[in-house]
Amino acid sequence: MVRLMSPGLLRYLAGRLLRALLTVVGLVTIVFLLVRLIPGDPVEAILGDQAGPEEKAELRRALDLDRPVGAQYLSFLGDMADGSMGTSFRQPDRSVWSMMRDVLPHTIALAITGLLVAWFVAIPLGTIAAARAGRGWDKVASTMAVAGLAIPNIWLGPLLILAFGVKLRWLPLPGDDLAGPEALILPALTIGTALAAVLTRQTRAAMIEVLSQQYITAARARGVSPIALLLRHALRNALLPVITIGAAQLGALLSGTVVTEKIFERQGLGTLFLDAFFARDIPVVQGCVLIIAVIYVGVNLVVDLTYGVIDPRVRLS
Amino acid sequence: MKTARNRLRKTPIGLVIVLVFFVLGFIGPWIAPYDPLAIDLSHEYASPSWTHWLGTGDNGIDILSALLHGARLAAIVGLVVVGVSVVIGTLLGTWAGYAGHMTDHAVTGVADLVQAFPAIVLNIAVLALVARPGLIHLIVALAVNGWVLYARLARAETLSLREREFVEAARALGVPPHAVLWRHVIPNLLGPLVIQATTGLGVVILAESTLSFLGLGPGKAVSWGALLDQGTSVLLRFPHVALFSGGAIALTVLGFNLMGDWLRDRLDPRLR
Repeated sequence: MVRLMSPGLLRYLAGRLLRALLTVVGLVTIVFLLVRLIPGDPVEAILGDQAGPEEKAELRRALDLDRPVGAQYLSFLGDMADGSMGTSFRQPDRSVWSMMRDVLPHTIALAITGLLVAWFVAIPLGTIAAARAGRGWDKVASTMAVAGLAIPNIWLGPLLILAFGVKLRWLPLPGDDLAGPEALILPALTIGTALAAVLTRQTRAAMIEVLSQQYITAARARGVSPIALLLRHALRNALLPVITIGAAQLGALLSGTVVTEKIFERQGLGTLFLDAFFARDIPVVQGCVLIIAVIYVGVNLVVDLTYGVIDPRVRLS
Repeated sequence: MKTARNRLRKTPIGLVIVLVFFVLGFIGPWIAPYDPLAIDLSHEYASPSWTHWLGTGDNGIDILSALLHGARLAAIVGLVVVGVSVVIGTLLGTWAGYAGHMTDHAVTGVADLVQAFPAIVLNIAVLALVARPGLIHLIVALAVNGWVLYARLARAETLSLREREFVEAARALGVPPHAVLWRHVIPNLLGPLVIQATTGLGVVILAESTLSFLGLGPGKAVSWGALLDQGTSVLLRFPHVALFSGGAIALTVLGFNLMGDWLRDRLDPRLR
């Protein structure tokens, strides 16, 4: 415990936390400024050209846009800080947070399943590629990685639906009523494929580096079986960067749900965000942007901190 | 056998795809067999045939013609967004790298903030503020985070170039900073920037398709993403619409990626 909480580590943790906090405050401010600085009147964007001046003035009051910018910023910060994040234009009796809370579990489940899919594909594939570096399996794995990176998720989703939903009939189609957990498989594949491709390359590179080290040669000389060598001795050490790099992408996966939820007609933060966009429900748009950004920053923070605790070299650099 | 394979690997397939894309984007609207907005309800969602090579889509529009017109939109958006991003990014990046201190902190800080948003979320947030997002808004939304990549690259390269002897010599001779940057630093950045911009074109074209797919594209213009969106909604009955439009997007993005790799091999001496 004493060793864990050394002054160097504490300084590292404090510095990292402060940076994350500053980023979040900066993000909140940018979101606030975006609405007010970008040319064009949000009131007109919401009501359209036909609205009368009274209607506009009323909405302007409701939106707080008739007050000085400083006062607006303070009440905006207040809304963010008390957790309500303001109220929706479309449903004035609901706070933005309560609307997001209803759909967030679906989206988080999708993002995490996507991450699991990426790990489950990438780690075995990358390990096999490294063990057979330069030979047939390696080439199969790298070709799959290139293809996985190149295929856009807006196309991959429809292709997966055609293959597994329509032709093979193994998995439910979008909008099927009786969809259980198996309805998550295709969306998770859609969202996780690009990450799987990146992680396959990472696993391969990390494994090849570990396999060239002396302790592996020593273990091999001791007569450790190839499989045990690979799994128990090498993979264990190669895995840490792959796991953390994957976890750090959770925020990116979350933004991928905007596309995936639309393709698979799923409820979630992405569809809430898009619906709010089309209705010009700006508080909900702001809330969604912020929650995604905060999760993004938060995930990176947790990954960095974990890394700092596990690997002393990180906090020294 | 081995040399044959090596030669195949060195064949710039990416360059071929990219050239075909730009040529079609340029002349596409003239060689398109039909008006991509012509409504022909008696032939809605027809399969590929001799009259409609790639079949028809929503309202009986000819998919080949729509793809050819969409190529022009993708090419314009890609070139303009990457052009604007490269100019802004290079200027800010070299300035930050050369001036250091507060300037560097400010530019890097803004770049960090922009990257703290997932790109697509930021794009949508910008588009949400306009009543009717058009082409110009799409370009602005994509450039808002597009410049960061080039600024980081230019800054990193400038930091190392600044210490090189020829730059120091120019400075010692009393050449003013803007002239040092313009004559000695920026010319040496061009190689890495061109490589980055090639891959960046693919990224922007994909982003344009994705935003159009989500329904945020520029109004009436025919876009690959909007076509893929229509195709996805009739996927179970008429899969050809989604297959062709998505295929066009995927092939183009792949082409720019391959060309970026090919250019990197050729232009970056450190990799030889």
